Amino acid sequence: MADAPPQPLLELKGLSMAFGGLVVIDNLDLVVNEREIVSVIGPNGAGKTTLFNLITGIYRPDDGEILLEGNSLVGLPPHAITQRGVARTFQTLRLFLNMSVIDNVMAAQYGKTKVDIVRSMLRTPGWWKEERQIRARAEEKLSFFGQRLMGYRWDQPAYSLSYANRRRLEIARAMATEPEILLLDEPAAGMNPVETHEITELIGKLREEGGYTILVIEHDMHVVEGISDRVVALDHGVKIAEGSFEQVATDPKVVEAYLGTKATATK
Amino acid sequence: MSETPGIPAPPEEPSEEQASRIGVDSWVAETERHGRGRGPLWQLARLWEYSPDPVKLLAFVALASTVPFWTNEGDLFVFGLFTLLYAALGLGLNVVVGFAGLLDLGYVAFFGIGAYTYAELSSSQYGIHWPAEATIPIAMAAAALVGVVLGFSARRLLGDYLAIVTLFLGQAFVFFTGVANPTVAGKGLTGGANGIPQLDPLTFFGYQLTSTKQLYFFLLIVVTLLATALYFANQSRTGRAWRALREDPLAAEVMSIPVNRLKILAFVFGAAVAGLCGTIYAAIETAAVSTNFSVSVLIIIYAVVILGGFGSIAGVFVGAIVINCTLEFLEPQNDHPEVKRWLFYGTIVLLIALLKPWFRPVLVLAGTIAFGFVVHAIVAATTAASWTSGVPVSGASWLARWAVIPTGSHGNFNNYLYIGLVVAVVCTASLKGWWRMIALVPTLYLTALVWENMLTQNGGITAFILFGAMLIGLMTVRPQGLLGTARVEIV
Repeated sequence: MADAPPQPLLELKGLSMAFGGLVVIDNLDLVVNEREIVSVIGPNGAGKTTLFNLITGIYRPDDGEILLEGNSLVGLPPHAITQRGVARTFQTLRLFLNMSVIDNVMAAQYGKTKVDIVRSMLRTPGWWKEERQIRARAEEKLSFFGQRLMGYRWDQPAYSLSYANRRRLEIARAMATEPEILLLDEPAAGMNPVETHEITELIGKLREEGGYTILVIEHDMHVVEGISDRVVALDHGVKIAEGSFEQVATDPKVVEAYLGTKATATK
Repeated sequence: MSETPGIPAPPEEPSEEQASRIGVDSWVAETERHGRGRGPLWQLARLWEYSPDPVKLLAFVALASTVPFWTNEGDLFVFGLFTLLYAALGLGLNVVVGFAGLLDLGYVAFFGIGAYTYAELSSSQYGIHWPAEATIPIAMAAAALVGVVLGFSARRLLGDYLAIVTLFLGQAFVFFTGVANPTVAGKGLTGGANGIPQLDPLTFFGYQLTSTKQLYFFLLIVVTLLATALYFANQSRTGRAWRALREDPLAAEVMSIPVNRLKILAFVFGAAVAGLCGTIYAAIETAAVSTNFSVSVLIIIYAVVILGGFGSIAGVFVGAIVINCTLEFLEPQNDHPEVKRWLFYGTIVLLIALLKPWFRPVLVLAGTIAFGFVVHAIVAATTAASWTSGVPVSGASWLARWAVIPTGSHGNFNNYLYIGLVVAVVCTASLKGWWRMIALVPTLYLTALVWENMLTQNGGITAFILFGAMLIGLMTVRPQGLLGTARVEIV
């Protein structure tokens, strides 16, 4: 495909959020273009997860705009935002632990399906048709992870999965909402080097085969280097650097945010 | 990690025959499912686990259809009819509490709304005699409408506050119907404390259901349809969304599930089912009386659902059978007084039998029996004859030689028994090991004395004490209820 000019998918304009007197996100501008992978990095407490909570509607920003394909998302309830095409995973896993693996993925298709409860109770042909679609879509999303979430695992409860598989299942569940953009909150946290490598490849595959645009929070610099088209560094809610991985990683402000300045270090 | 060996290569795809070997946890799961236990009880549990759900329902319906042919009219009324009614009520509550996880304490008010709606529209109260095919949908709609109004006003209060608001609704309903009784069209709307009497029998398209047998089969059809519909609802996208929001409301909301709307839907659903039950109940009793919709009824419905296991449709049936039959057996005017005693001692022996290792319960029970005879002999030898001359209510004669049952008044003997029992229970609970086993012996004997001297006279109290003991026992063994699924939290 020839290089078309990048279309902005998600735009944040002058976004601000404070908890009481504590400013967590301060006048943040950010653009994520279609089919781009953008990483958000920053020290703990920089406001990365708050940024995700603002985009997905869990918090309402004090000020600023959040636009998805030009339409504002501010003030919509989270489920409506997800239905418009924003899906996320959680840093601390929040699976439906006592539901089966496939039920987790099927449940997330609620917003994209229509058959109401009366038709479900009567098991109309429409219910059968849609239920088959839901099941097929769930299997398709799970097969995205190779052998990891296949076969006998479908009917096992989610709590029986290994930690890494639970992280994968969260991504599968987010994919099941059929989003435009995936927000991944530390997808490689707590994984061993092999699994981290797999996640890096997977995120690339999500874009290439899944066609998703991806905004990812990550601490593991190998992952960030491996996947990012662009890296944004946050500190105390302010964007302190943006650009390619090399540019951001060597930016003195970023080094300072992570390690402190030389002057304060020697004092 | 000190050595950073770059990024290691990903593992190779497992080959076909390797795959099953690698899935060690699948092997473990399989073995656990097949290997545990060999006893007949376990076989039964496995048979249950492996039979498909429609087969279970059919088996229940087949068994339940035979009931009218081997019970008399009175037994069919109190055991058959009311078990089915509690099952239907439990099914509705199960949607609210079991599927969606909402603590709805006003459930019984919706039951009452159904009953009173039927009473207004099918009785001589206002001379309206509409047939059931019209009143039942109206009653369900009325209950659902109140549910919608309450659900919307309380949608910010979902959670613990919902419990309080709905409990208030329940109390307000009892007060409104029983005491307030506003005058409408020259007549008290709800008939006050006496309620509305002389309701029409259920009439469908000119066909009247009057005999207990007819009502029983009608209710059986209703319960079967209800269970099927709710089972289907649970298997749909709505059911999955309910389970998801019960697991984690925030995650459900972010996964495109409109959590508040679905909670209200479950709430309204439960209200409509309760309304349906209300109409049938009113028709069975041929009256609507406000005290029938009080908190004690709510507790029984909750006990049905808790005993069966939240979220389990089959569990509701088991819970309804156990709870209703126990309740009815314990009624003072019950025709089967000997069953009462069996139930009481049976429950105690079952609870004791849970002790491990196996010889402990044997020793404790043998000790209790011996202890009783010894105490009885001592009391008989040292005190006046009136202390031991009592006869147990409709009991075996050997009981009179085991339990100390005085005749006539002996001061505060009964009250001392009660206090003694409480002290003994506290002591037993605070002791450990063999001391506890030893303390159990007098505790059990005191329990038996309290039962023989007081509780047989008062079935209502006994029923609730017994339910308490049953639920405590159940909590220890199966916290998820008889047929519920254990929930796992990962910390």
